[in-house]
Amino acid sequence: MTDFQFKGRCWSVGDFVPTDQIVKSHRVFLRLDEIARYVLEDANPAFAAGVKAGDVLVAGRHFGQSSGRAIAVRALRATGISCVVAESFARTFYRNAFEVGLPILEAPGIHAATVEGDVLEVDVPGGQVKVQRTGQVLQGNRTDPFLLEMLRAGGIIAVGSRLVEGDK
Amino acid sequence: MIAARTFAQKVLERASGSSGLVPGAIVEVEPDLYMSHTASWRCIKTFEKLPGASIRYPDRIAMVMDHISPAPTAQVAGYHRLCREFARRHGVGSFHDVNAGIAHLVLMERGLVRPGEVIIGTDSHSTIYGALGAFGTGVGFSEITATWVTGVLWMKVPESMKVTLSGTLARGVYPKDIMLRLIGDLTADGANYLSVEFEGSLVQDMSISKRMTLCNLAMELGAKNAYVRPDAMTYEYLERAGVADPARHALLPDEGARYTRELAVDASALEPQVACPHTVDNVRPVSEVAGTKLDQVFIGSCANAKYDDLVEAASILRGRKVATGVRLLVTPGSRDTMKQAADSGVLSALIECGAVITNPGCGACAGDGGAMDKGEATLSTANRNFRGRMGSYDSDIYLASPATAAASAITGVITDPREILP
Repeated sequence: MTDFQFKGRCWSVGDFVPTDQIVKSHRVFLRLDEIARYVLEDANPAFAAGVKAGDVLVAGRHFGQSSGRAIAVRALRATGISCVVAESFARTFYRNAFEVGLPILEAPGIHAATVEGDVLEVDVPGGQVKVQRTGQVLQGNRTDPFLLEMLRAGGIIAVGSRLVEGDK
Repeated sequence: MIAARTFAQKVLERASGSSGLVPGAIVEVEPDLYMSHTASWRCIKTFEKLPGASIRYPDRIAMVMDHISPAPTAQVAGYHRLCREFARRHGVGSFHDVNAGIAHLVLMERGLVRPGEVIIGTDSHSTIYGALGAFGTGVGFSEITATWVTGVLWMKVPESMKVTLSGTLARGVYPKDIMLRLIGDLTADGANYLSVEFEGSLVQDMSISKRMTLCNLAMELGAKNAYVRPDAMTYEYLERAGVADPARHALLPDEGARYTRELAVDASALEPQVACPHTVDNVRPVSEVAGTKLDQVFIGSCANAKYDDLVEAASILRGRKVATGVRLLVTPGSRDTMKQAADSGVLSALIECGAVITNPGCGACAGDGGAMDKGEATLSTANRNFRGRMGSYDSDIYLASPATAAASAITGVITDPREILP
């Protein structure tokens, strides 16, 4: 894997999934590895138990809306997924992703182009996603170089301090 | 000649010390204030993992223990204590304990938010600071920690949307109804990433409290920040809050600035609105959902638990009784609000009609008390109704104005407040 290029099996959730459904309010005080076992428990009940390191999460419109809880992004990262590809992200989730160092890509059309279990090739810096089953290539939005640099460093704390942040 | 600029361009130019910023540019800004609520404990834990790190501008930190307070468990008590002790040890600008109320309201009431300033907060509804002509936006907790250390944070200069409100609100119709209708029409991502400027005669006639409701709900359009141009009413509010020279950094958008979208709304014909389960943009006029059975009514949150919201509710509830079997929870937004309501008799009217009054803070809106069992329904004055936010995943949340909430508490079903208003 070089520079945020990933290949993985995809999981799927629909439009307008709020952070309240990525991590429910009453679970935010659990340890991160425990929270990770409940990620998206209602939006995609099979996800948390079945997700494997390197899998890709595909989402619909305005993913991560509602509460700006960064714990939602941390919990997603803790499941081992390589990245999230969505039609669009809510702005608080978008910020939180770079803050925490979870690669994300906005690729309009991705939801209709995929079914759960498809293998995707994602090139975050290039803004492209290829769906292996159909051969379709979607051109998404390119990420600003400043934000790519933050991802490469592993999040904002790592950028600011040149230290690697551990969780919890 | 400098091109005409929006509020967002101007305020980010000021905070970054640069000029000629165009939408899409990323800049490092020096925020004037960093708000962290109960999540401050996460900021502190992150800070403590940075050996040798120090806080650049401690006076710019404001911590408010508003979510999950007073502590319901020993674990949360430990988090509150961590914040309290850290604040003292590091001399942070202001620490507001579990008696203060909702961060947003507390900071504005205490004169800590001023026109033309950039305020970041660990809460998405930080858009509310636009009510005083400031640039308020929600960020993550490690972004707050990073800002403690460096004094700067990245911002992308947003495109802007202008919403011009005119007309006169009919009896029983409030800014909450305007915003619910707007969210219903534009959907939850109708202003995603955008700076939303509210303009027009109706806005400038609104009290600061009502402007807060507009700017708070702009978040539910996906907005990055919201803005109402500061005026005499703004400066008077701030002077009462003890701010000397409140117009010092005030910024107004230029005539001819470029907006990606401009909307004009005449609110005169608007009727009360209700956001139905399970999204804020599932909005219908109250007439279409009247009669829906309720188990609970919640008057609270940073959207609608200010003093005048409690006054509106009390004007309907005074001398009446909450319907049998319905629980009415009232959570004043702040200690000042609660004190004012106590002094004016509003609080006794609410208690006499059968309401439960809780301590000021986020309360049931943040899942702190007020949970519902499977199959139950709440009408709430808050700003979110996503599934599972108030207890069971199989319960319903409706959102409306304090007047609609009060009228519905009396009847036990969703009720048009115009039928009951004096």
